[in-house]
Amino acid sequence: MADFINNIFGIGDSWVGYLIAALIAAVLILHVVAVGALLFIWMERKISGRIQDRLGPTRVGGKYGWLQTLADGIKLIAKEDITPDLADRFLFKIAPYVGLAASYAAFIALPFADGVVAQHVNTAVFFVLAVLGLEVFSVILAGYSSGSKWSLFGAMREAAQVVSYEVPLGMCVVVPVMICGTMNLTTIGNMQAGLFTNWLVFNDPFTFLTAIIYFTCATAGVNRAPFDLAEAESELVAGFHTEYSGLRWSLFFMAEYSSMFVVSALASILFFGGSHGPIPVGQWIGETIGGTWGLSISRIIGVGNLLLKGLIGVTVMMWIRWSFPRLRIDQVMTMCLKYCVPLAALGFIGATTWQYLDLPTANSLVGNPRYEKHEMWTEGVGVTPAADAGPASGIPDPEPHSEDKTANTDSVTVKTLPVSVVKGGER
Amino acid sequence: MDLLAVAWPYWHQFFFIIFATIAIGFGFGVLLSKNVVRMAFYLVLSLGSTAGLFFLAGAEFVGAMQLMIYVGGTLVLLIFGVMLTAQKDFINMDTHTQDWILATIVGGSLLMVLLFGAFGAEDWRTPQDINDAHVSATKEATPLGLALTGIRVDTLGESTDAVADGKSGYLMPFIIVSFHLLVVLIGAAYMARTKKLSHATDDKSSRAKLMLFKMEHEEEPLEEAKYVVTHKGKSALNPLDPNDEN
Repeated sequence: MADFINNIFGIGDSWVGYLIAALIAAVLILHVVAVGALLFIWMERKISGRIQDRLGPTRVGGKYGWLQTLADGIKLIAKEDITPDLADRFLFKIAPYVGLAASYAAFIALPFADGVVAQHVNTAVFFVLAVLGLEVFSVILAGYSSGSKWSLFGAMREAAQVVSYEVPLGMCVVVPVMICGTMNLTTIGNMQAGLFTNWLVFNDPFTFLTAIIYFTCATAGVNRAPFDLAEAESELVAGFHTEYSGLRWSLFFMAEYSSMFVVSALASILFFGGSHGPIPVGQWIGETIGGTWGLSISRIIGVGNLLLKGLIGVTVMMWIRWSFPRLRIDQVMTMCLKYCVPLAALGFIGATTWQYLDLPTANSLVGNPRYEKHEMWTEGVGVTPAADAGPASGIPDPEPHSEDKTANTDSVTVKTLPVSVVKGGER
Repeated sequence: MDLLAVAWPYWHQFFFIIFATIAIGFGFGVLLSKNVVRMAFYLVLSLGSTAGLFFLAGAEFVGAMQLMIYVGGTLVLLIFGVMLTAQKDFINMDTHTQDWILATIVGGSLLMVLLFGAFGAEDWRTPQDINDAHVSATKEATPLGLALTGIRVDTLGESTDAVADGKSGYLMPFIIVSFHLLVVLIGAAYMARTKKLSHATDDKSSRAKLMLFKMEHEEEPLEEAKYVVTHKGKSALNPLDPNDEN
C-alpha cells in the first residue's frame, strides 16, 4: 500500500507513503473503535430496554433514539474531570488510556477479510490474545490509584478473574490453531471458506463445545455481565471506576466495547468462518467478475460479513448480560476452575483425537471439498499476501499434489500436522 | 524534496530509537521510583517497548511471547504489589546505601558481561540492505513450533544413527519442562487448597462427615445470618471457600 501511494505521488521510496498508509489503517481502526462504541452503547440501551419490556431511548435523533450516545458523549465531555485527593495522580490519569490503547492495539492484527488487515502478523492469534490481556492493567491501575476501597476491591476481583480465565481461553484458542496448523488469522479464516459446514464450529462435536467455552471465557475476559464483578453496582458502588468522571470514565467504556468486538470478531474468525458467509455468495460474485475487481468486491462483502458476525457476537453478549444475574466472585472462580478449564481440556483432547483418527467432519459428510476451490481462486488473482504465500504458508492440502511432495516431507509422520508447513520458510 | 526522499530503512532506526528510549527511560524509572506500584507500571512499559523492539526486528512470535509472559508476569507482580503492600507503611520503598552498593556491583558486572558480548561479536555491523532482507524473510514461527514437536526443519537432511531424519528436535526437553510445570501447578493447587475440612474431621470418614455437616447446615433456617457469618473476616478473593460450594 505504501508503494502504491508513493507511486501515485511519484516520489519513489519515501517515508510519506508509509506514513499515509499507516495513517489510513490507524484511522480506519479508530473508526471501528469509536463508531462501534457509539453503536454498541445505543444497542445496549435499546436491547436492555426491550428485554425489560420498555422502550429504551426514543427522543434523541428520531424515532429510535439513534443519537442518544452522542448526547451522552456531549454530556460526558462537559463534565468536570475530578481527581480525588488520595489518588496517585499520574497513574489515575493514565489508567484509562492504557486500557483503550490495549484494545485498540488488538485490532492491528485482526483481519477483517482476506488481506484486509492493518499489519500481517504471522502469529496473529497469539498477538491478539497477548495484547488483549494487557487491558486488565488499566482496571488494576485505576482501582489502585483511585485511593478508594471500592475501586481497589473491584480491581482485585478483576485481576483474579481475568488471570484465571486466560487459561481456558488459551486452551480454546489452541483448538482451531491445531486444526488449521497455523496461527495466522488470515489463513485460519480462509481455510473456512465455502459452505457453512466448513466452519470450524461444525468441524466436530468437540470444536462446537470449544466454541461455546471460548465465548463464555471471552465474556468473562472482557469483564461483561454475568462476570462484571469489577463494577458490581450492588456491592462496590461502581467498582474500579467509582472515582472517575467525564471523558476518562467514558474511555473505560470505549475500551470495554471495543474489546467486546475484538473477542467476538476473533470468535468468528476462529470458529465461525471469519469473513466468509454461510453461503459463499461473495466468493461466487468475486469469481464471476474475476480479476482485481472481483477480489475487491468479495473482500468488501467479506468485511461486511465479519462486521456482522462481530455485531452478532456483541448482541449475544448484551442478551446474556440482561438475562442472567451477576455471579458472586467465588462462583466466578468455580465456573472457571471447575467447569471451563476441564471442559476446555476435554474439547482440546477430543478435537485432537478427532483430527488424529481422521474421523468425518461435517464438511466431509456434505461432500464439500475443503479449501480446494478457494486456493485455486486466490492463486489465480495472486494479489493478496496470503495468496502469495500459497499452500506453503501453512494451508494444509488434504491430498497433497504429487509435485508438491518433496523427499523431505516423507520424514514428517505427525499425522495432524499439515505436511506442507515444512516448507514454510520460503516466502 | 530531499526530506521526502528519505528511504525505507530509516523507519527501522526511527522506531528503534523510540522503543529503545522508552525501554531505557522507564528502566531508570523502575530504578529511581520508590513506589512499588509505579515501579511495576514502569517495568511494564519498559518490557512492552522491548516487545516493540522484537516486533521491529520481525520476530513477531518472540514479541508476542514477551508481551504475554514478561508483561503478563509483571501483571501478577503488580497484583501482589498492590495486595500485599497497599498500606501506607510499605507502599514506599527506601533503598539503603548497602543495597545500592550491592546492586551496583551485581548489575555492573552483568552489564560488563553484556557489553563484552556485544562488542565481541565479529559480524555486528551488517550492511543495511542485507539486514532488511533478513528482516522481511524470517517471519515464520512454524519451524520453531515444529522443532518443539520433534522436527528440526533446518536439519532435515542430517541424521545420526540414533535419530531419523529431521527428528533431532526439542521434544524431549519440551516434555520435561511441561511435566515440571504440571508438577508445580498441581503442587501449588495442593498447597493453596483449603485445609478446613481435614481439620474438622480427623478420621478417615471425612466424606461422610462432610455430608453430615452439609445436611445439618441445610436445615438452618437463618439464611441471611449464615451468609454474614460465612463471609466475615474472609478475603473476598478466596476462590476455594468450602462453604460456598454450589
